[in-house]
Amino acid sequence: MIQQPNTMGRYGEFGGKFVPETLMYALEELESALNDAMEDDTFIKDYHQTLKDYSGRPTPVTFAKQLTEEIGGAQIYLKREDLNHTGAHKINNAIGQGLLALRMGKQKIVAETGAGQHGVAAATVAAYLGLSCKVFMGKKDVERQSLNVFRMKLLGAEVIPVESGSQTLKDATNEALRYWVTNVEDTFYLIGSVVGPHPYPMLVRNFQRIIGDEAREQFKELTGGLPDAITACVGGGSNAIGMFYAFLDDDVRLYGAEAAGKGVETAHHAATLKKGRKGVIHGSLTYLIQDDDGQIQEPYSISAGLDYPGIGPEHAYLSDTGRVKYESVTDEQALLALKQLCEKEGILPALESAHALALATRLAKTLTKDQSILVCLSGRGDKDVHTIMRTMEEENTNEATK
Amino acid sequence: MKRLNNYVNKNNKMLFIPFITVGDPNTETTIELALELQAMGAHALELGIPYSDPLADGPVIQRASIRSLDKGMTLAKAMKLVEVLRDRGLEIPVIIFTYYNLLLQLTEEKFVEYAKAYDIDGLLVPDLPFEESISLRDMCANNGIALISLVAPTTSATRLQEIGKASHGFLYCVSSLGVTGVRQDFHPDVYSFLHHVRKESSLPIAVGFGVSSAKQIIALQDHCDGFIVGSAIIKEVEQRLSLLEDEETRCQAVRDIRKVLEKNLDYNDEVLGNHEGTAQNTQTLPTRETS
Repeated sequence: MIQQPNTMGRYGEFGGKFVPETLMYALEELESALNDAMEDDTFIKDYHQTLKDYSGRPTPVTFAKQLTEEIGGAQIYLKREDLNHTGAHKINNAIGQGLLALRMGKQKIVAETGAGQHGVAAATVAAYLGLSCKVFMGKKDVERQSLNVFRMKLLGAEVIPVESGSQTLKDATNEALRYWVTNVEDTFYLIGSVVGPHPYPMLVRNFQRIIGDEAREQFKELTGGLPDAITACVGGGSNAIGMFYAFLDDDVRLYGAEAAGKGVETAHHAATLKKGRKGVIHGSLTYLIQDDDGQIQEPYSISAGLDYPGIGPEHAYLSDTGRVKYESVTDEQALLALKQLCEKEGILPALESAHALALATRLAKTLTKDQSILVCLSGRGDKDVHTIMRTMEEENTNEATK
Repeated sequence: MKRLNNYVNKNNKMLFIPFITVGDPNTETTIELALELQAMGAHALELGIPYSDPLADGPVIQRASIRSLDKGMTLAKAMKLVEVLRDRGLEIPVIIFTYYNLLLQLTEEKFVEYAKAYDIDGLLVPDLPFEESISLRDMCANNGIALISLVAPTTSATRLQEIGKASHGFLYCVSSLGVTGVRQDFHPDVYSFLHHVRKESSLPIAVGFGVSSAKQIIALQDHCDGFIVGSAIIKEVEQRLSLLEDEETRCQAVRDIRKVLEKNLDYNDEVLGNHEGTAQNTQTLPTRETS
């Protein structure tokens, strides 16, 4: 496997740096600091030590015995990123970037957030490392996710509601980038996924690959071999790249689960690879959901972490080369998988992770009992309880009126 | 590129390059305003294409983009509008200011085809840095279209050298870190930055981002060849939206915008009044049909 990206930050034709001139210097500075840090054993040691002492890594791999029996196909295993501090894989990246900011002498961090998970992770790390933290969040998301807004404030972060555009994640990202352009001399932009201009997709992958590196060893130890297939959910795609990266050269089938929302045939989905076209979003050439003229469209998913109109450029590349297959999972399928995991295993997954799980149960049925699937369970579902409750109530009302 | 070089050259100090968002709040206003700005002495016109995600723009241009998008403006329609502008008497060079995704979706080939067909002189893509622009630069150069480059106070010396050498038309110098929009102060290093730019390129240099007052222009005049005014114009448009929507009041509203700009930019003073060397006399407005 070629060590992507090339010097232009391209994965095949995807990626690159499509940003205003003012940011070019900051990206060069960041890239050189990153390369320097990744070569420095002290930095790497510090990063791994922090993951262990602060976030509780390594996260375990759990065999889902009852679920496997229920589905009646391949053996299903879960990589438990939900057991991280703050409840999701997001913290891996936030710790890595926070340490990098410190190393670069930047005391201020700025971040974007959709549902608030990355915002919480950034605010947490900022508190832990003694950095100041501003989080940009779409005004609509601020209203929808009041609990996470409060958590960020408790952690000492300043939450800035974004009123521009459609007032959601893509606009929060625009605004964080605008803020960074203006304050580039003393501010570190702590991006939340494998998106944005080079070197961000590579940087975030570096800090998320721990998921797959750990899982590969753990799986071998547990079963003596490698899984036949792996599934992970994809919004921007950081947990998926983190999981896939260690397995790219192996004979393991890799599957990404995109959010199909109410169905890819409707206007309410976030299935970027299935329905999007090539274009530029947030500084990167990738697939994105847009109209005929190139205006970016607002995506939809029940899961706030998957409703991003773009996708990390490395995923665009892996999709085009065929190394990773990307399938769509609807709200309904994800909810069903979520309920199954609650009932059979006593684990409440995040709605995002439930998409990966739904895809895994779909695949498991096509495989034999001596085969295995590893699911990246990227986060826990406590944050989604309100959404799940509301959706189930609506379902019940609909049933009653039928 | 001939027209652009005739108008935008170092003899025409200070170059006045206005930016307006095309279709804000309607195409008729864009036509009237473009002609009025030409009559005011503009040396070139930047036509901003509205985009859903204008990363380099502040709130004023963001709102203008939304107003224009709501009316259905697109890059292709904006380019076709230049043909109408020419019919109505616009003689100064026109530069299309568009985010890269819109250009990609139209395709670079179509852009060049339209630019030639509709008499467009230049292109500026705020989110396409030098390194990513090589093929587009060649395609534009081969077709007589100037791809205008931006340089910023944070641009490294090496890159400045490369950009300075390979650019056409003029160099757009970003006055400050940050997005477009009216501001009191430029970046503290702006003057030394402009001197570096001057050293690295023989092209005219124009300063943009936050230029809105005569005071700023006077401070800049010994350090560059021209200035770009965008948000300050659009703010005036924004204050007259209902007048600009109404056919009866539109012309007067556009004339009022000109008056305010002349006052704020001290236009009739010697700072800006010097138009010697302009290839054509742009001071008299051609007769135009009333609409």
